[in-house]
Amino acid sequence: MARSVRAPRDLRTVLQDILPKLVLSPSLAAMLVFVYGFIIYTVFLSFTNSKMLPSYDLIGLDNYVRLFGLSAWTTALINLAIFASLYITICIAIGLLLAIFLDQKIRGEGVLRPIYLYPMALSFIVTGTAWKWLLDPGIGLENTMHLWGWDSFKFGWIKDRNYAIYTLVIAAVWQSSGFVMAMFLAGLRGIDNEMLKAAQIDGASNWQLYRRIVIPLLRPAFLSAFVILAHLAIKSYDLVIALTGGGPGRATELPATFMYSYTFTRNQMGVGAASAVIMLMGVAAIMIPYIYAELKEQK
Amino acid sequence: MRLKLKLATTAAMALGLTAGMAVAEDVEVLHWWTAGGEAAALNVLKEDLAGKGIGWKDMPVAGGGGEAAMTALRARVTAGNPPTAVQMLGFDILDWANQGDVLANLDEAAAAEGWDAVIPAAIQKFAKPNGHWIAAPVNVHSTNWVWANKAVLDELGIAQPTTWDEFIAALQKVKDSGKVALAHGGQPWQEATIFDSAVLASGGPEFYQKAMIDLDPEALNSPEMVAAFDKMAQLRGFVDDNFSGRDWNLASAMVINGEAAFQIMGDWAKGEFLRAGKKPGTDFLCFRVPGTEGVVTFNSDEFVMFKQKDPAAQAAQMEMAKAVESPGFQSAFNIVKGSVPARTDVSDEGFDDCGKQGIKDLKAASEAGTLLGSMGHGHANPAAVKNAMYDVITAHFNGEYDSAQAAEELAAAVEGAQ
Amino acid sequence: MSGGAQDQAVRTGRIARTFIYVVLIYFALFYLLPLFIMAINSIKPLSEITGGNMMSLPAEPTLAPWKSAWSTAQIGVEATGLKPYFMNSILMVVPAVAISTIIGALNGYILTKWQFRGSNIIFGLMLFSCFIPFQIVLIPMARLLGLMGLAGTTWGLILVHVVYGIGFSTLYFRNYYAAFPTELVRAAMMDGAGFFRIFWRIMLPVSGPIAVVCIIWQFTNIWNDFLFGASFADLDSMPMTVALNNLVNSSTGVKEYNVHFAGAILAALPTLLVYIVAGRYFVRGLMAGSVKG
Repeated sequence: MARSVRAPRDLRTVLQDILPKLVLSPSLAAMLVFVYGFIIYTVFLSFTNSKMLPSYDLIGLDNYVRLFGLSAWTTALINLAIFASLYITICIAIGLLLAIFLDQKIRGEGVLRPIYLYPMALSFIVTGTAWKWLLDPGIGLENTMHLWGWDSFKFGWIKDRNYAIYTLVIAAVWQSSGFVMAMFLAGLRGIDNEMLKAAQIDGASNWQLYRRIVIPLLRPAFLSAFVILAHLAIKSYDLVIALTGGGPGRATELPATFMYSYTFTRNQMGVGAASAVIMLMGVAAIMIPYIYAELKEQK
Repeated sequence: MRLKLKLATTAAMALGLTAGMAVAEDVEVLHWWTAGGEAAALNVLKEDLAGKGIGWKDMPVAGGGGEAAMTALRARVTAGNPPTAVQMLGFDILDWANQGDVLANLDEAAAAEGWDAVIPAAIQKFAKPNGHWIAAPVNVHSTNWVWANKAVLDELGIAQPTTWDEFIAALQKVKDSGKVALAHGGQPWQEATIFDSAVLASGGPEFYQKAMIDLDPEALNSPEMVAAFDKMAQLRGFVDDNFSGRDWNLASAMVINGEAAFQIMGDWAKGEFLRAGKKPGTDFLCFRVPGTEGVVTFNSDEFVMFKQKDPAAQAAQMEMAKAVESPGFQSAFNIVKGSVPARTDVSDEGFDDCGKQGIKDLKAASEAGTLLGSMGHGHANPAAVKNAMYDVITAHFNGEYDSAQAAEELAAAVEGAQ
Repeated sequence: MSGGAQDQAVRTGRIARTFIYVVLIYFALFYLLPLFIMAINSIKPLSEITGGNMMSLPAEPTLAPWKSAWSTAQIGVEATGLKPYFMNSILMVVPAVAISTIIGALNGYILTKWQFRGSNIIFGLMLFSCFIPFQIVLIPMARLLGLMGLAGTTWGLILVHVVYGIGFSTLYFRNYYAAFPTELVRAAMMDGAGFFRIFWRIMLPVSGPIAVVCIIWQFTNIWNDFLFGASFADLDSMPMTVALNNLVNSSTGVKEYNVHFAGAILAALPTLLVYIVAGRYFVRGLMAGSVKG
């Protein structure tokens, strides 16, 4: 843009031209060092035999071979696929539902909205114990229902290796679905009411109204929600540690916990770095098309 | 040679003393005794050092039996800013000792106080790995204890079991009565704690040494190991349905409340009983896991000393090492902590009955050569191997493998992790 | 801010409305449940917790756990409670949030109104940086902080949080400013206004809503961080989350659940407050900016 208003090149114009780049450069430098520099460093470590501390002896692809030989890593990848797809879908479904309902001129919206939003403010270091109790059949929900007389009530997922991963989904949905609701609510409030009225005059039912007009208009909100949720799913670490510690057995291991445990508690930094590289490649596979589309659209 | 060493020590000590007096140096201590009684117990050491003009900079990082603290330590060392002293366990110490020139040398304090004579050889393996003292052992926990609710046993007419079969019979009797027989929390380290005893009970101390410490592949996949896994499966049958993920102290609470009869857990469990106002001998019983008498599987917290550049800091560090090994602190700290002193010459006065027995057992085991590092607590093999074992033990306990498969997997996992 | 002035296009009948209210209230209960459990158990004596029902109301309510968590609980060798760490967290969070928000605003301004060749690639790089798993940066970051002499200081922590906060703050401001008419900026330029003058006079005054979103996001993330706090802080700069973790996660100590819950709520109060106070502006901010993509 600055170019488009180019005047005779005096000192001031030159300065105006350089200034934005100058202001941007510290951020860029920080990004290159602290993000991309460290990523390159991690890639490098993944080819070394680093154990407790970084070492610089290259061993080729051994760490990757070992990584994919570990059944826990396969479990972690499958778990992430289950966890992320359910988590993202359910959060978006609940978020959209609540946003649409809350947008119906609800009395008490001012009270309900912060209630839906607040879980996002808390980390699982804070709420972990409460969740663990709730889900524990011996002291939590199941026990309480029994005490209240509903004897056939069963909710022991967290103790079952086949279902424990779904309890992670429940807690994670609890944490972020309210935030997604806020994003959709914002999107809904941005839609021109006149357009909807016109459609209604044409005889569209409420259902059609939402399906045909509102939801397509919310596309940007869907995209933003997807990016934020995907980012939270991949980084989910506190959640697992607080709720299941990766158990029963290692049934709820996710790539983030796997990477941490190999890098820091199992003293196999090389394998940990290799798993981080695979994770980053996964992120890149999802994000680069999104970023590309995003940038293209802006032009 | 001896004389030379002595001269050097006295000179260094004189230097250390004067330096220590001249400037009030601080020691910075990274540890995970962050809450309740154990943190209060550590305060004894802080006060002690304050009396010598040494300040205490606390650096507590709790979580996962020191895992978070070990991560923080790596960040500190990488930053070139290591703490003075770090609480550490077992093979973590050896890993750091083999990391080159990062640890301090405590030989002079050890020589002055005669550590060599009073600290059991099995513990010296960690505190003095390459012929030099690098760490000051604080305590010894032992892991092959059973905690039992006496009222429940009396009610069901169960005598304290002395053999594995009696133990199983007692568990069965409790189970038949409708109570939970064995209180257990399904976390890998808790299962591994029990596994220590299962291996001992099925193969004895030599077998434990061969399989868990020497990691002999034949021992790992042997009939004895299959028997050990069979014992785990037996115990699994006496655990309630909700065991998975339960914290150990909630399992202790089940025994305290009379909801369950037995728990196999290290001696830190005693604190829970005492705090609930229960008395050893009258309200609860402590005894070695039947079939493992005469053997003590231990884990020992030690303060590992990191090399300091400043001579005054070095002097303060040396003072701290001495203070940790002083009988007064050893006794005061361990009475509160529930463990026993790392020195075998500390009087058992002030300890309760379980503590007294622990001190006696430790001494006897040390003399008989049956004081063995606990696998469950990182004192038998390196972290990578330990965690690989955890994986198999937990998977077997949760019904993924049968015993024969588990022994096979164990040997394979250990090989893969080395 | 509900609905604006004009009446809603979508009309709902009485039965439908009842249904909507039931669903909304049901979800509100779901969201409140964990907080409820924490709150009621934080005012029970310990014996009532270990011996009783998690969901039952306290028989003998007591504030002792709260007092203990705040000022007398043992956290490390000092029995100081969470009080001193609260201040550490504030001293870290306020500058970190302020700096990363300002940088985000400037970056967003440059990336939309002063685009140059490669500026889109730079934005792409920043966006991708939001996704880096923090665990991999610990060791190299520690080395750099050591070399810079910032290891174990509050400023070191601020630096770390600012660096990893820039991605999101830039994303928010860029998307917001992208919707702002470029003609206004161009006109100001014609009038001879410079880079900072335009930012100060034209962009900043309209940035309120997105600044709220950005501040809420950054505040929550930085306040709740545990990993960096545990690795890069020492006692004088140790944040609240690390202290809370020390309180609740002691491995072999006796667990005082009532004190743990009181401490957990105390640690969460600032973020809760931010959400409740600024919550109403939050949706407005999202509406104005980030969800437009």
